[in-house]
Amino acid sequence: MAQTADLFEFLCRMGDNTLVLGHRVSEWCGHAPVLEEDIALANTALDLIGQTQMWLGLAAEVEGQGRSADDLAMLRDAWNFHNVLLVEQPNRDFGVTILRQFLFDAWHVEMLQRLITSSDQRIAEVAAKSVKEATYHLERSSTTVIALGDGTGESHNRMQDALNLLWPYVGELFADDAVDTAMSEEGIAPKSSDLRDAVMARITDVLAEATLQVPDGDFTHKGGKTGFQHTEHLGHMLVAMQNLQRSYPGATW
Amino acid sequence: MRPDVPQIWDWLDAVPDPEIPVISVVDLGIVRSVQWDGDTLEVAVTPTYSGCPATSIISIDIETALRDRGLNDVRIKTQIAPAWTTDWLSEKGRSKLEEYGIAPPQAAGGPERCPHCSATHVEKISQFGSTPCKAQWRCKSCLEPFDYFKCI
Repeated sequence: MAQTADLFEFLCRMGDNTLVLGHRVSEWCGHAPVLEEDIALANTALDLIGQTQMWLGLAAEVEGQGRSADDLAMLRDAWNFHNVLLVEQPNRDFGVTILRQFLFDAWHVEMLQRLITSSDQRIAEVAAKSVKEATYHLERSSTTVIALGDGTGESHNRMQDALNLLWPYVGELFADDAVDTAMSEEGIAPKSSDLRDAVMARITDVLAEATLQVPDGDFTHKGGKTGFQHTEHLGHMLVAMQNLQRSYPGATW
Repeated sequence: MRPDVPQIWDWLDAVPDPEIPVISVVDLGIVRSVQWDGDTLEVAVTPTYSGCPATSIISIDIETALRDRGLNDVRIKTQIAPAWTTDWLSEKGRSKLEEYGIAPPQAAGGPERCPHCSATHVEKISQFGSTPCKAQWRCKSCLEPFDYFKCI
């Protein structure tokens, strides 16, 4: 059996990724450039937050300390969030938002597909449920990245700027540590590095079709998934997301 | 006296989906099992989309409907596996959706025809719609927009 602490950590990483991205995407609600996109963004956020409920719910169960998914989401501080840095990056313009979504979706679909055969039945079930939604997200984010990248001069430039900005955050998705090793030895989850080839192939295919240039260099920002060092943006986001529980501890409705 | 299970399925088939009231929760395929556990009735419900806000309302509606039939000891169990699929929509549910103006899901990934005029010349407006389970399409013949029940 994998150590409870490692399993808890793995589940928090899965749930923190979907929670932080879900919250980020929900910030568009009522602000998107067109109504259809507003609805699409809100629905994507809803799926991600629903998946968070399953991941963090399972994390809380595994931890066995009487915490709930809500406690994990609303009562932890930034350093205890172990999402990758990519998902906490601010929305900026629609191009950055949709490109961030695409980069995450490409990884997410591959990860969930692998988790369907996890040796842990509970994880396999959450993955089988989530992968249907993630696949749908990837379909939309891929076509939108292509439409905007291979669109007008303005949309192309904005997508290229978005790619230049976000590219250094991609590598963290494939960075292994001791938790990855422990999960992989137990057949619970693949190592992060095992996903690289499949995910990068998917990403570069879409970017090529979108006429976007993959930036040179392989520098990678890290520190989100281990909690070692988040970007400044996460704390600001949590202030908004956790405001109610921080202001009125234990509030329910 | 405990009502028998087929009777309970009939009662559940009268509980409307809160978002699309023309179909029942049974038509939607989210009631996975009904069984007696001693004197407790256990109803297993599966969510459509993991974040669908209607899920908790559906559980409350099911409990209320069964209480109205005199069943006070009801346990609603949320079951995520196997994951819900639109293949579980009943035939009755599919035709009711279409009559209501929502094109039923198709394996091909898009509506077979416009639910208003039956023309097959249709186009996608957006991959998402007013609820997680729907997308927005438009008929190029009668020009009316319509909801399409996503196929998953």
